[in-house]
Amino acid sequence: MIALLLILTPLVAGFCSFAMKQGSTAKNFSLLVSIVTLAIALLAIGSPAGGSFDTAWLTDLGSRFTLKMDGMGKMLCLLTAVSYPLIFAAVYKSDYKNPGSFFGLMLLTQAGLMGVFLAADALLFYFFWELALIPVYFLCSLWGGEKRIAVTFKFFVYTFIGSLLMLVGILYVYFHTADHSFAMQSFYKAQLSDHQQSYMFWLFFVAFAIKMPIFPLHTWQPDAYEQAPTATTMVLSGVMVKMGVFAVFRWLLPIFPNAASSNSMIIIILSVTGMLYASLIAIKQDDIKRMIAYSSIAHIGLMCAAMFTNNKAAFDGVMIQMFNHGVNVIGLWIIADLIEKQLGTRKLSDLGGLAQKAPALAILLVIMALANVALPLTNAFIGEFLMFSGLFQYNMFIAAIAGISIILAAVYTLNMVQKVIYGNLNAVTENATDISFNVKLVLVIIALVIIVFGVFPQPMIDLTKTSVEALFVKK
Amino acid sequence: MNAIIFSAIMGVVMMFSGILLQKKSAVTTTAIVSLLLLLSMNLLDSYSVFSINVNTHGLLHFNKFGLFFNSILIAATLIFAVLCGSEIEKTGVNVADYYALIFFVLCGTSILTSFNGLLMLFLGIEIMSIPLYILTGAEKRNLKSNEASLKYFLMGAFSTGLLLMGIALIYGATGSFALKVSTTMAASAGVLSTSFLQIAGLILLFVSMCFKVSAAPFHFWTPDVYDGAPSVFTSFMATVVKAAGFFAFLNLFESNSAILGPSWKILLSFVIVATLLVGNITAVFQQSIKRMLAYSSISQAGFMLFALYSNNDMAKEGILLYAVAYCLATIGFFAILIKVKDYTFDGFNGLAKTQPVMAFTGVVFLMSLAGIPLTAGFFAKYYMLASVVKSGGSLWIVVVAVLFAAVSVYYYFKVIQSMYFKEGTPEVAAISPNFKTGLLLVAAAVILVGVLPSIVLNWFYF
Repeated sequence: MIALLLILTPLVAGFCSFAMKQGSTAKNFSLLVSIVTLAIALLAIGSPAGGSFDTAWLTDLGSRFTLKMDGMGKMLCLLTAVSYPLIFAAVYKSDYKNPGSFFGLMLLTQAGLMGVFLAADALLFYFFWELALIPVYFLCSLWGGEKRIAVTFKFFVYTFIGSLLMLVGILYVYFHTADHSFAMQSFYKAQLSDHQQSYMFWLFFVAFAIKMPIFPLHTWQPDAYEQAPTATTMVLSGVMVKMGVFAVFRWLLPIFPNAASSNSMIIIILSVTGMLYASLIAIKQDDIKRMIAYSSIAHIGLMCAAMFTNNKAAFDGVMIQMFNHGVNVIGLWIIADLIEKQLGTRKLSDLGGLAQKAPALAILLVIMALANVALPLTNAFIGEFLMFSGLFQYNMFIAAIAGISIILAAVYTLNMVQKVIYGNLNAVTENATDISFNVKLVLVIIALVIIVFGVFPQPMIDLTKTSVEALFVKK
Repeated sequence: MNAIIFSAIMGVVMMFSGILLQKKSAVTTTAIVSLLLLLSMNLLDSYSVFSINVNTHGLLHFNKFGLFFNSILIAATLIFAVLCGSEIEKTGVNVADYYALIFFVLCGTSILTSFNGLLMLFLGIEIMSIPLYILTGAEKRNLKSNEASLKYFLMGAFSTGLLLMGIALIYGATGSFALKVSTTMAASAGVLSTSFLQIAGLILLFVSMCFKVSAAPFHFWTPDVYDGAPSVFTSFMATVVKAAGFFAFLNLFESNSAILGPSWKILLSFVIVATLLVGNITAVFQQSIKRMLAYSSISQAGFMLFALYSNNDMAKEGILLYAVAYCLATIGFFAILIKVKDYTFDGFNGLAKTQPVMAFTGVVFLMSLAGIPLTAGFFAKYYMLASVVKSGGSLWIVVVAVLFAAVSVYYYFKVIQSMYFKEGTPEVAAISPNFKTGLLLVAAAVILVGVLPSIVLNWFYF
């Protein structure tokens, strides 16, 4: 029942928000709802029994409305629930036209995301997978930047093709389950020969790879991140890309274990290529948003590579990195948004000397940046370390090449820090002021998460331990 | 048999109502009441509460599937009359005649949903088509409407010729007009020349049915006719008539496709891919939304053809659901289109600002046509694709269909982009609050069927 509430609360609240004419009402209401959702999520994580829900839905089709909350699902629900109050608080001072619709669509996205992370039925999963996408389409197209319509459409068509291919895959697996059911357990037991697996694997993988995104299917991402309204970009890069990573664990690896191991080399090579490629482009970026976007591709590439190493440590690493990357990247977007709103530019070359004008911002930016480089004692270090160790055991040579991306990450991130906060003040940054209370609060919370989980990551690993073990028991 | 008899009677009644009733709106009201009556008569028939039975010597065969399908068509016509009634009144002077013709079309569809012999197939198609030629030319002073009417008539006559030729050949081969008997006769005859005639006849039937449902490469009349006809009647033609055509197509080839052997699937997959290709790719390049919808109706036909391809239980359920989803969404969207003065994409710019209800329901209808989950269109496409996967093998054609479905998103969403993301002041005809309520109800039905398709299908199963 609690699991159902996690979806229903943002869903119903989202529809209510559409009716709100007053901007401040919608804003406060959404913030309140997101905090309530967070409280429900924390409750759900605390109670081991509360995390499942099951009722008849499409009986003729063999599909049931089944929600289940395992360790991995808890982790990602927590990420979704945590990120929304942070995002709403960070954009509290921003003005949107039609705020009722804006916040309503944001909440509907949250409902979709929760559904994706909770669904234990393939058809239901597909429904939520799309439900999360459609509000984002409207959010980006209505409130985005100049080129928003074309860019968002590209993003939409990309992901829609992916999900349709996945639908074909779902149908095919469905007709090969013993009891003709969409239930997750039936899917896991589906009788598929190696030959069949190898085809179906790619139908699913393309959908997930577009979402993550994995080189060479990433081309929608930098444009979409740049053009989307920042609050939506935070959702996209913080939570939505994790849908792809999550889905690989939830569906791809358990259903097609043989195809996953036989194709692992191709996918790891693609992922590592993407990591280096994205890192190199990130170095050349002068636009702070595009830099973060490419850096995000590099990080996700590592997660994807680690997922196909079939290594327990690497899986643990991916699990905690899903959460940590989500929180960290939201922090970076908040700072990027702040700079753009205050100074009217996103160009690194125009900035400089902010440390003198905004010391609090400078300190927090350095913490976020260090987490982005995965320095020890930040939360990202644990995850990246585990993933690299898994990759190392899989293939030393590939791990060494992938390791270059750590150096590259340091290059572009520290370069960004240097250009933004050090150096001399110039005409653009002269009138900068320090950050407002709400943003400071959000950034301090994120900084705390970075440090606390950097020093003491055990609770996170414990939370997803059962999910990781389940992935190995299967084989 | 209720529907056949009553639709014919009501057609005559409607003709006289034009003389008796002075106000045009009174005629519309009469038509709506008659449609309700017709729907309830047909429902009574399908629940076997009250049915008139005439011995047709096996020419007609009534089963629940056909009767239910007919109910869907009548209900779609009812929704059409409620939403677009005021527009029919504006089309010309002879409002009562238009309704009379619509009832005659329904008589044709009632025969098409129950035919059991080739003769009845021919009669049904003719009874359905001839009133449509007139409706297409209803705007007497409009040159495009006249051209469309003539074109439709010529192409229709041509395809009817093929149909008759096919029937003649099959009759020559089997000595019977019956649908099912012909297969047993062929099996027992076993003479090469006989079966050759039969195959040639079946292929002619196939071609002529492809004409009727506008499947490529026999689709060329569709865009011009749909574009030239008065928009209200395009809406009717593209939905009720097309769905009836598909039912007949499916019914005709359900058992007969076996005669053609393995080449049947090759032939059909060629037609399906061609239809999807032509419909989707051409729709992308259209400037006028009405013409785009004409091409999109071709591409939707491509999806409906999957029912013939898989030819199993799921396909039957699928064609029911497809008819419901497609009729609701298309009638709904046409009702919106008619109210907007300028049919180009730019004519829709900024509609969300001036007419939020129309724009929002428009989004629901377009999403249903594109097959986005949570709308009826998703399950319609889902059943079609699932039935093909269920029938085994040939996954490539499903993947092709899915890729074309993604293409279709392009042109459907272009309308959404115009309505929501572009600035402009569209010219819109006066909108009554009732019209808005009607649109919202249809949109709600689209979403309801999209969440719980079993609402439709359980009726079929009982």
